[in-house]
Amino acid sequence: MTFKIAASPHAHQRRTTQQVMRWVYLALIPGVLVQTYFFGFGVYVQLALALLTAWVAEGLAMRLRGRPVAHAWQDHTAIVTAVLLAISIPALAPWWIIVMGTAFAIIVVKHVYGGVGQNLFNPAMAGYVLLLISFPVQMTSWPIPNELAQLQVSISDTVSLIFSGFTQAGYNVEQLRMGADGITMATPLDSLRNDLNHQLTLSEALSKPIFDDLAGIGWAWVNIAFLLGGLVLIKQKIISWHIPGGMLVGLLVPAAIYWLFNPDQAITPMLHALSGATMLGAFFIATDPVTAATSNKGRWVFGLLIGFLVFVIRTWGGYPDAVAFAVLLANMTVPVIDKYTQPIAYGHGGRS
Amino acid sequence: MSAATKAIEAGQIWTFPGGIHPPERKELSNQTPIAPLALAQEYYLPLKQHSGAPGELLVQVGDQVKAGQALTQVGANNGLPVHAPTSGTITAIGPGIIAHPSGLADTVITITADGNDEHIALEPLADYTQISRADLLERIKNAGIAGLGGAGFPTAQKLALQRPLDYLIINGVECEPYISADDRLMREHAQTIIDGTEILLHIAGCEKALIAIEANKPEAIAAFEALLDKHPQLALRVVPVKYPSGGEKQLIQLLTGRQVPSRGLPIDVGLVMQNVGTAFAVAQAVLQGKPLIERVVTVTGENVEKPGNYWVRLGTPVAYLLEQCGFKPEPDQRVIMGGPMMGFTLAELAVPVVKITNCILVPSSQELAPAQDEMACIRCGACADVCPAQLLPQQLQWLAKAKDYDGLDQQNLFDCIECGACAYVCPSEIPLVHYYRKAKAEIRNIAREKAKAEVARERFEARQERLEREKQERLERHRKAAEARKKAQAEAVAQGGDNPQDAVQAAIARAKARKAAQAAAAQQENKEGDDA
Repeated sequence: MTFKIAASPHAHQRRTTQQVMRWVYLALIPGVLVQTYFFGFGVYVQLALALLTAWVAEGLAMRLRGRPVAHAWQDHTAIVTAVLLAISIPALAPWWIIVMGTAFAIIVVKHVYGGVGQNLFNPAMAGYVLLLISFPVQMTSWPIPNELAQLQVSISDTVSLIFSGFTQAGYNVEQLRMGADGITMATPLDSLRNDLNHQLTLSEALSKPIFDDLAGIGWAWVNIAFLLGGLVLIKQKIISWHIPGGMLVGLLVPAAIYWLFNPDQAITPMLHALSGATMLGAFFIATDPVTAATSNKGRWVFGLLIGFLVFVIRTWGGYPDAVAFAVLLANMTVPVIDKYTQPIAYGHGGRS
Repeated sequence: MSAATKAIEAGQIWTFPGGIHPPERKELSNQTPIAPLALAQEYYLPLKQHSGAPGELLVQVGDQVKAGQALTQVGANNGLPVHAPTSGTITAIGPGIIAHPSGLADTVITITADGNDEHIALEPLADYTQISRADLLERIKNAGIAGLGGAGFPTAQKLALQRPLDYLIINGVECEPYISADDRLMREHAQTIIDGTEILLHIAGCEKALIAIEANKPEAIAAFEALLDKHPQLALRVVPVKYPSGGEKQLIQLLTGRQVPSRGLPIDVGLVMQNVGTAFAVAQAVLQGKPLIERVVTVTGENVEKPGNYWVRLGTPVAYLLEQCGFKPEPDQRVIMGGPMMGFTLAELAVPVVKITNCILVPSSQELAPAQDEMACIRCGACADVCPAQLLPQQLQWLAKAKDYDGLDQQNLFDCIECGACAYVCPSEIPLVHYYRKAKAEIRNIAREKAKAEVARERFEARQERLEREKQERLERHRKAAEARKKAQAEAVAQGGDNPQDAVQAAIARAKARKAAQAAAAQQENKEGDDA
């Protein structure tokens, strides 16, 4: 009788890539629920479209590459890409936005570079930047929080808006975004940026109704929900704290210093932390293992760099938010970071 | 005393980076005392059971041997003897399967047991301090003792390195899951291990020994605590449970905060380490004169009915050992020699238990699920987080797949201790250690080939040089001979003798005249023909 031959180790911790990815998208649920509460059901339609597109794109790319299709679906990495992109774009954006972005993310950013594990750039963020640059109007038309909205949008209206551009009553997205004063309402970061650029002081800029809450109605709570989900990921050891920690320090420390010297002209650290894609970016996007640095020291540097770039772009750049750009720029530096943060191997003169 | 030494004396436990906490599953085998194993009918003794050359053969087929009788003797290149595990007849000496991952054959002595189990007379030693260090080393060598912890390095060899030593470390950590051989040995034979440790200290000329036990072995710790009061040279160190804290380099880091330099030895940092089983064997060899013919083996896993620890004679076939323990194989059964992290699978069970065999593990596929398909690396870095050697396993994996041997060297592949922590945590189930082992073997092969090619090149060049030299010598000889001939001729002519050149000229003239005559005759004939 001959027995089975296998390579050691024979014991294995049963946490597969699929399980890791599942944790990531499950931890997004609180954020998505809060987003729904403030911005309506559009996010579910976007999610459905993104998932369908990702599924088809992944299958198509694998087939073209002559690889087993089922294998790729199994690892759930495409699901994470689709979910991240779907929740990053305005909830009422037209359907072709998310379809195009997801297809680009999966086919070009991921598979053209060699598939899972080989891509240089974060697929969701590269897809996001493609959309932001190509379709700036659609990509910045965030619905206003429900409590400030003049018109409530039902589920059927949401679907109608995404597919035809109008509600059943004939309103378009622009009209829905008007506040009580008849002025289109921007996101907190967008609004702040415009006002500060127009020489308003911070307190004047913050007098708008959208800032009636902690750090912008809705946005603060969405960020807090993503923060909670992110803490679960750290607790579950799906991600290490180094990247989110680094990113928040890299963003908030310069922001605080700048704000101390320019109290009237700077975005407060609180607003930096709790608006835009800060928490989503810190815990879910920058932590994509494929495109991040690999050692803990490297992760810390990588996080700091992203945070600092977000601060710089938000403060002096041409876009209100900056997480996507910052992540892509930091992705490019990963090989260099990895090279210079390599731990000293045992017995090579390191200290215990 | 330096601050670092003070901290070691005070019992500080340092930490090492990485490490994992796999399910320990030791309770499966550590509940019952070490049991004797009934004698087998046949024993297979590979000549080489340690790291070094095999010893020199002392017996031939047909010889009757007794238990403890040496079958080989100490030889060159760390050659250690092996001894007959029981009395019987030598029925074969030749190639046989050995306990090695390659499954390749090596020279094996087969002994058919006579069932009487007669032992040779032992020569106990009343007071080892009365004989010389060299004699003690000789005694240990002749007993065939090699490190029983796994590497099988000849113990006497390790002790013979005459360098200053700060501490002798006795390794009773046994961090690999499932295995409890050292645990049981420490519980039941703490005094003998202490005796062995004192002998080792005496031989090494060292002042102090640190006995390290992992915190998950409270009974073993208690057994030593009860005895150590009387032995001021020995100190107990309890290390936290983490795999691979029992690895030589990691344990050194834990107990002293020192790191063995890359490609160096523990003695480079003033330390030497021995396993508890080795200390036990040394005590038996020195005090009782008993050679190494048996060891404790853990037989465990859900597919044996009687898991536990057994005194197993070296050379016992694994098949027999498992049969005695109620082996119930399942389809695609794996039989692992060693533990679940670093052990290797056996294709055939005729393989014998040897000096370094600490465990036979026969897991069910529920407890240790077989490996899944390898998926793509997602660069998650989990492997780097757990690597105790602070390497970048995923980087090594890319380089190994690309056969970039220079890159592997730069990334310190040879500092990998193959503990398997990286592959254990890999979410893509990449058999990382397998890739490293393969790359290491390839690099060693290339180095060997290179050395061989270098020798061949030197030989070729030497031959070319010799041929060229011979050719030049030959030409020179010819030249000299021709010159001498010419000179002799010239001299002969000068003295009025025949010039050989004249004879040549005359011969040419004669030949020309003959040809002319022939041509004239032919012409004449043609003419006559025409006339007719």
